Amino acid sequence: MTAYHRPGTLAEALALLAAAPAPPLLLAGGTDVYPARAGAAAWGRAPDARAVLDLSAIAGLASIEDRGDHHRIGAGVTWAGLRDAALPAWFDGLRAAAGKVGGAQVQNRGTLLGNLCNASPAADGVPPLLALDATVELAGVRGVRRLSLGAFILGNRRTALAADELAVALLVPKASAEAVAGFEKLGARAYLVISIVMVAAVLEAPGGRIARARLAVGACSEVAQRLPALEAALEGVAPAEAAQVVQPAHLAGLAPIGDVRATADYRQEAAVVLLRRLLARLAAPLRVAA
Amino acid sequence: MLVNGTARDVAAAPETRLSLVLRDALGLVGTKSGCDAGDCGACTVLLDGKQVCACLVPLAQAEGGAVLTVEGLAALSLGAALQRAFLAHGAAQCGFCTPGMLLAAMELLAVEPRPAVAAVEVALGGVLCRCTGYRKIIDAVCAAHSFLDAPAVVLPAAGAAVGARMPRADGQPKVDGAEVYGADAAPADALWLRPVRSPHAHARFTLGDCAPLYARHPGLVRVLTAADVPGRNGFGIYPDIKDQAVFAAGLVRYRGDTVCALVGERAAVEAIAVAELPIVWEVLPALADPGAALAPGAPALHDRWPDNVLTTGRLACGDVDAALAGAAHVAEGAWQTGFVEHAYIEPEAGWARRVGDRIEVHASTQAPYMDLEEVAGVLGIPQSAVRIVPTACGGGFGGKLDVAVQPMIAVAAWVLRRPVRAVWTRGESMASSTKRHPARITARAGCDAAGRLVGFEFEGVYDTGAYASWGPTVAGRVPAHSTGPYRMPHARSRARAVLTNNPPSGAFRGFGVPQAAIAQEALWDKLADAAGLDRLEFRVLNALRRGDATATGQVIAHSVGLVECLEALRPRWRELRAEAARANARGGLLRHGVGVACMWYGIGNTGMSNPSTMRVTLAPEGRLVFHNGAVDIGQGSTSVLLQVVADAVGLPVADFALVLGDTDLTADAGKTSASRQTFVSGRAALEAGLALRDAILLRANAGPEARLALEAGRLLVDGRAIALEAPLEGIGRFDPPTVPMDADGQGSPYATYGFAAQLAALAVDTELGTVRLDRIVAAHDVGRAINPMLVEGQIEGGIAQGIGLALLEEYLPGRTENLHDYLIPTIGDVPVIENILIEDPEPLGPYGAKGIGEPALVPTAPAIFSAIRDATGAEITRVPALPHRVLEALRT
Repeated sequence: MTAYHRPGTLAEALALLAAAPAPPLLLAGGTDVYPARAGAAAWGRAPDARAVLDLSAIAGLASIEDRGDHHRIGAGVTWAGLRDAALPAWFDGLRAAAGKVGGAQVQNRGTLLGNLCNASPAADGVPPLLALDATVELAGVRGVRRLSLGAFILGNRRTALAADELAVALLVPKASAEAVAGFEKLGARAYLVISIVMVAAVLEAPGGRIARARLAVGACSEVAQRLPALEAALEGVAPAEAAQVVQPAHLAGLAPIGDVRATADYRQEAAVVLLRRLLARLAAPLRVAA
Repeated sequence: MLVNGTARDVAAAPETRLSLVLRDALGLVGTKSGCDAGDCGACTVLLDGKQVCACLVPLAQAEGGAVLTVEGLAALSLGAALQRAFLAHGAAQCGFCTPGMLLAAMELLAVEPRPAVAAVEVALGGVLCRCTGYRKIIDAVCAAHSFLDAPAVVLPAAGAAVGARMPRADGQPKVDGAEVYGADAAPADALWLRPVRSPHAHARFTLGDCAPLYARHPGLVRVLTAADVPGRNGFGIYPDIKDQAVFAAGLVRYRGDTVCALVGERAAVEAIAVAELPIVWEVLPALADPGAALAPGAPALHDRWPDNVLTTGRLACGDVDAALAGAAHVAEGAWQTGFVEHAYIEPEAGWARRVGDRIEVHASTQAPYMDLEEVAGVLGIPQSAVRIVPTACGGGFGGKLDVAVQPMIAVAAWVLRRPVRAVWTRGESMASSTKRHPARITARAGCDAAGRLVGFEFEGVYDTGAYASWGPTVAGRVPAHSTGPYRMPHARSRARAVLTNNPPSGAFRGFGVPQAAIAQEALWDKLADAAGLDRLEFRVLNALRRGDATATGQVIAHSVGLVECLEALRPRWRELRAEAARANARGGLLRHGVGVACMWYGIGNTGMSNPSTMRVTLAPEGRLVFHNGAVDIGQGSTSVLLQVVADAVGLPVADFALVLGDTDLTADAGKTSASRQTFVSGRAALEAGLALRDAILLRANAGPEARLALEAGRLLVDGRAIALEAPLEGIGRFDPPTVPMDADGQGSPYATYGFAAQLAALAVDTELGTVRLDRIVAAHDVGRAINPMLVEGQIEGGIAQGIGLALLEEYLPGRTENLHDYLIPTIGDVPVIENILIEDPEPLGPYGAKGIGEPALVPTAPAIFSAIRDATGAEITRVPALPHRVLEALRT
């Protein structure tokens, strides 16, 4: 039997982590950890012998707080907690993503931070958080550091989390009051589906012109990506015309793969379609606001 | 933890899955394990009121929490109401997903007692069901509130069972968690068996000295290999083809093939990594598809089939070349389908024990007497020394017609003289079990200027995988069905089952016919268009009618309700087409369409004997027992056969005690396959019931119209008490009359056929290639619906699997070996289904009934492709029609 620790405070957790002879398995909602074990068991791979550090009892991590210029989403916040939270409109995309992760059971247990630490290319939480310019707060006995989400996720299943650190919170800067946001997920079935492509956007268009557009595409590259060229092209555009601005060249930086779910070409093309549709959908409330 | 309201202390490792704790430590086996990965939702329980997959919750996180499992529902008024609703609506079939469905629904009902359909779909979206097609589950959850004060179910009175929408006779344990499936019970001292599977599609191997392994793992009792098999180290469906080894003798032929098995204490065998075993591999080139296997000079998988062709099935009648040359219109095409996984939610499981010189095997199965023969063969013992006790079966669909755990646990228990149990993981279930045959089909057909079909030719290459399994059955059944249910004066068909280094393709709801139907029905659409006929009317014009001869030369004199099916659909066809036209006139990226497809399906084995024997007894003290060896895998035979026998005897269903399945206690009813149980075992049940009734009437010296009753253990005949000195019994046997097919496929392969036509209405997203199903309308000629609710359940479940075949499912060895990469329909993927039951009675069947299990699935995929064609003109030739394939088809 492996060692299993379930500390009640962050300090205790960090001390355990610092003292661990080998990096333990970090466990929050279990929705990635246990499926990986099932896959290993089916083919008789060696059972995971790592000690387990269960983060679920750490006090103070399960809340979403308004911190003035930003919101702080604790590492214990589940998809369901996020989905059902009363949050400003710029969170609408993230909350929509939360309602499309797995089924209700996974949403009740899985955490947003766990999704980021798992760093799957198809992680539904990443594009909306990239579009929100979220920062990940990492804590360790050496101190606290903050990394932009883009700097935190390094690749497929790779993050910048050091062996003695925990990801403790996401910091989401506030957008302007009239900001709107959305998320589009394309999968082959209605529920419990890994995305073929997903896109997220946060738009701010005071006075009827887009002042700031933040867009991201997931499952089309090793790590979900923002689309700076498209964002720049959308500046100053009327929201109603935004969808027409999207061109395949804006997505040139993506590098989708072909797999059991879709071909690479299809993903590239579907991303364009989803972006146009999302922008068209978001234009409706913006028009009213303008 | 507070479990179902009671405080429970558990001592287990903190990371232990809650599902395991509930099942093993607390004995609450109503919580099912289907995947251990959060993909299926079978283990859904409520933790502090929230639905969770118990397989994803470490025990430590449940500490101090309140857990509600299926066993706790009956004590809650809402829970009990929901259970009653599930029974009344036929929402449970095999019952394996039912506990998860019930608990997911409880979370919703607690906040929304009268939910809308959309809310039910969201709440239950994380629980997979493979049997029901979900619609009756949705109905049950929406209606649960109305069962809060509902009276107890009233069962049909004497003589009124046939035709009644009676709740399942085996339903209660499926909704209260008491049902015992393959993994739910075993002797406490049972050892665990874990197979070691080949990671290679083709390889030689040697297993070295295992002594160090035993030394490292004291709980390991035995590594079983080919050398340990006491009898024949081979099994297979056909008596003369036992080509699949229990444990491979140095050569594996597919990824998932069995190398050896570890037997010992559970913790010990689970702790062993395969890498610790002294296996030396020599990986060999693999034949990845039939093209490679048929290539000149390709190595033979088995010496017995040097050209890798396992079986060739043929059909030939008339002069096809002349007919097509003279046809006014000719259409042709080529289609390709993939492997389809059964994905029953219950993985294979069971246990065995040696009792003296007999072996007893308790396992989830569709075919107890075939299991009996296989176990006797691999142990080298007489069949009389084998007892098979089927557990409840959590879905089969053809996949549990082949043995899985049975030979291995039998060998282990026999050799070690200890009870042995085994439960496949989802991954190994998917890798090792049989699949639907991938098919590559080319076909051509012609009609005259008036649209009458004149000729048809069909060439099908079916990838039968590494072992024979049911490959010969598929190759035999396909040509006979290849013309579809139409008048076809000239036909030539060939279907070959080709061996490859893929998983064995076996029996899967339809035995190759669904793949063929995709090709046939596409041709009819094209010909109808060419002839300027409405696609439905084209089918009416060409449909088989009573008294017609089929392309196999069989004259079908009775029960050919296809025209009635099409006519019943006609009003809906017109309305739905008008709706689609209106929607398309509005423009937009969605294109709407309506498709139609027909099917026929021969009930029972193809030109082969497949008898069933049923027995019903009445003891002097009034105990009335129905001995029924037909396995109910969720489809409902336990209920249907009871309804038949009850009306035949003339006593109410409530009077009967049931003895089910056990080969020591019931006669051979044949396998649950080929849609045969209602027809074949149903007729046997009818005969058994009539025989008992005759015996009673003789004993009472009463006339044929006499009314029977059982009151407090006394038999009453027309109100007169009749004392019995000895038990009375009725035995019924039925073997459907067939004439085997000759080399040209001419004969009368089936005693009766099911017929059906379905409509699909859908919308295609022309930018993304996604398909949104709006509605399926299904008209099925079932002869007589013994239990219309169960018939609808079969139709809806078959349609759901047809949707999966059409749009979602593709098993790729090594790539989609789990239920998150291999996608079966969820509750949001099955649209509203309208059922129309046509009853054109079959004189051979019980009360006119014939089968429905497979017919339900066959027309769905072709109807969907017909609708995609109608909406967009796109021709789907590569199945499943994943979005990228639809988009590609839209552009060609």
